[in-house]
Amino acid sequence: MLSYWFFFVSSVLMIASLFVEGGPASGGWTIYPPLSALPQAMPGSGTGMTLWLLSMAVFVASALLGGLNYIVTVLNLRTLGMKMTRLPLSVWALFVTAVLGVLSFPVLLSAALLLLMDRLVGTSFYLSEIHIGGEALDNMGGSPILFQHLFWFLGHPEVYIVLLPALGITSEVIATNARKPIFGYRAMIGSILAIGFLSFIVWGHHMFITGMNPFLGSVFVFTTLLIAIPSAVKVFNYITTLWRGNLVLSPAMLFSIGLVATFIAGGLTGIILADSALDIPVHDTYFVVAHFHIVMGMSAIFGMFAGIYHWFPRMYGRMMNTKLGYAHFWITFICAFGVFFPMHYIGLAGAPRRYYSYSEFPMFQGVVDLNILITLFAIVGGLAQIIFTYNFFHSIWRGQKAVQNPWRSNTLEWTAPLKHMHGNWPGAIPVVHRWPYDYSKPGMPEDFVPQNVPLAEGEEEEHG
Amino acid sequence: MMTLLILAVIVLGILAVTRLSRVYELTSALRGKREEDITERDSRMNARLMWAFPFAYFAFFLWLTVAYADQMLPVSASEHGVWLDDLLNFNWAILIVAFFVTNVLLFYFAGKYYYRKDRRAYFYPHNSKWELGWTIVPAIVMIGIIIYGLSVWNRITSVPLAGTPQVELYAQQFNWTARYPGKDGKLGATDFRLISGTNALGVVTPNSIKTRLAELEEIVVVEKKKLETEGGFLPPSKLTALEDHIKHVERMRGRIVNLRTLMDQDIAARGAESPYNHGSDDIVIKEFHLPVRENVDLVIRSQDVIHSVFLPHLRAQMNAVPGMATRIHMKPTITTDSMRTITANPVFDYILMCNKICGASHYNMQMPLTVEPDGAYKVWLSQQKGFETAEIPAAEVVPATDTAAVISNTTANIPAVTNEPKKN
Repeated sequence: MLSYWFFFVSSVLMIASLFVEGGPASGGWTIYPPLSALPQAMPGSGTGMTLWLLSMAVFVASALLGGLNYIVTVLNLRTLGMKMTRLPLSVWALFVTAVLGVLSFPVLLSAALLLLMDRLVGTSFYLSEIHIGGEALDNMGGSPILFQHLFWFLGHPEVYIVLLPALGITSEVIATNARKPIFGYRAMIGSILAIGFLSFIVWGHHMFITGMNPFLGSVFVFTTLLIAIPSAVKVFNYITTLWRGNLVLSPAMLFSIGLVATFIAGGLTGIILADSALDIPVHDTYFVVAHFHIVMGMSAIFGMFAGIYHWFPRMYGRMMNTKLGYAHFWITFICAFGVFFPMHYIGLAGAPRRYYSYSEFPMFQGVVDLNILITLFAIVGGLAQIIFTYNFFHSIWRGQKAVQNPWRSNTLEWTAPLKHMHGNWPGAIPVVHRWPYDYSKPGMPEDFVPQNVPLAEGEEEEHG
Repeated sequence: MMTLLILAVIVLGILAVTRLSRVYELTSALRGKREEDITERDSRMNARLMWAFPFAYFAFFLWLTVAYADQMLPVSASEHGVWLDDLLNFNWAILIVAFFVTNVLLFYFAGKYYYRKDRRAYFYPHNSKWELGWTIVPAIVMIGIIIYGLSVWNRITSVPLAGTPQVELYAQQFNWTARYPGKDGKLGATDFRLISGTNALGVVTPNSIKTRLAELEEIVVVEKKKLETEGGFLPPSKLTALEDHIKHVERMRGRIVNLRTLMDQDIAARGAESPYNHGSDDIVIKEFHLPVRENVDLVIRSQDVIHSVFLPHLRAQMNAVPGMATRIHMKPTITTDSMRTITANPVFDYILMCNKICGASHYNMQMPLTVEPDGAYKVWLSQQKGFETAEIPAAEVVPATDTAAVISNTTANIPAVTNEPKKN
């Protein structure tokens, strides 16, 4: 509850920052000082920036409380028989996400507090030897690079905080709709843990060209490229799960397959960016914009859509319209690639990000039509979200009433009554007897066996 | 008008969707079809689209690659850029294979195994050999990529050879300044407190210190006078600001006096070798020239916020960070003239652009770079004036009593006041 209300306050502060003099924080989401520390550096570094920082500080408090809640629930409140090796991968992903948040957000909090002090009480954590607005400042001895270290110590795990839940949802949705166990359940858990661990020791790959010691850069190249290994394992495991399945191509399933495609496309360009030498020519160009919007933006959003279509019956007791779901997926999927794929080429042509206009550079005239193409795809893709919005809200009140277990899924949430109630189940909570992926198990009458069904006589338990 | 049209289209679109979906709902209710029943027909249609998609996807990829090949950066104009391009091509070769293989498998399976009532999925929870395979193969590939990548990285970031000539690139909102060493071949010392209208980079020489101290003295006199004459009429906030500003300027003066003491000691100890003796012939200029096929060590500094030196044609990039000097050393290999021939563009220029967001005019913080033969470069350089053109007499020795004005660097963090008229 406290987590929710902190989030509420943080959102109010963030929205308020849009309406103050000088406008909201406008130095990019990374808010590097001194640009963000000195109001005289630009209009967006005024009150809007202070509110942004306060909002982040409150948000971190919210994230910590919420994260602890998840961790404690997963570790201590599993039902009888729900061993860690019987947890659905979606819960595993949320658990590791919460751990990442609890360990990395406090560092952002300290970064934000130090920046607030530089702004408000005249400290010099991030400032040194600056002459701005016709005056030399008193600040000496700080380092703008310190902020970048603190920021990215959160900033990189943050990428996985955004992405891991989507990967968890996808694992669940793909297994259910392929009517087939997720391939390599334990390898999937292992790769979630490996990605989570590695995400803490790669932050420097955002800083190869900040003047950081090149040897330190080499270490970050090594750790960053290691992440390719668990990521490759996940991709191959998804593909093998599809192999010889019986794929129910529901909207949720389509979005999950879409996630695997974007995860591949964005993951591969990550290998270029992780290589410090190759980062020199493409750093801060549109190539980077293409990379992270595909791998982190699109993948996370596709995962979120998959989750909404899949669990909508649980949330509202009604079904979303499937046909509209198909239209939504295909338009979104095609437009998403149409928007972000050409950006690689704009970046390789040398175009920096965060320029609001390229008209001053004759060398970018040749890729102007790519920008037009991107804009067209973006408009169509944006309009397609109207279909989703309509489908979502219409289905909440007017959608077809859901049945108990519409996707014939194994996990426990589908055994709870449709009517929402405190504690989810009336009376005793279900007992778990098996892992969540007994789909199409040989010898079983149905092609799914929910987790609360005891092992049949002579049946062997599958561990994945 | 345009906005109105767009709004109309959106509203009509929403209406159309609502009507269509209503018709669909009524008909499916009549037929007794439920949303969770994904029919074979639906699955087949989506499966076909799953097969069609990669064709469009790969065609888009090939079209972009071919049609925009001539819009990509031309051949690298620096020595290390060639190493980088080779490394990039090596990585692309691996990545494109992985891209095609994984996408083909993904979409082929997604389209082939769509739901049919009479089929049952193959229960196949794991296979340790396969999983080991796709752990080890990427690991080996990654080892190759890491070793090759780091060997190039180490070559690029190695310490420059002793005696490599230095050129300074200085960033400020929103322009670039270059500084070349004068006849002595060495860049002089700098200090941000000396920055003024006549000393844009804050080069430290006995004379520039003297000038700056005089300027600050004048500011103090003017502002104190203003305080006396107008002080009583100012609102309290303005009054405090004025008083703070006077204190600030006096603090700066004190620190510059400190600096002068340091300088005098250094000059006394090292004589001609002192960096404080190298500044007066430095060339400070809003033009950027480099000689072709000569190593150069770029020293990069910033006056205010973080900027970034980005020279895409030379495959070079490094942030400009206030409070520290960053470095790139490189060797340009193609002159501007030759590149004009290569690109068949008679007005081609190498461009230095800022690539770290630095404020309102970030998008236009650029400076052309001319790469020319060594001879032409030397001629150009010899035509430029030094920072202090006239011969400067030796610094006047400051009496020791002046140390009373010295204020420690570490105290006082009162922010500078900027709403006062600027003196520079």
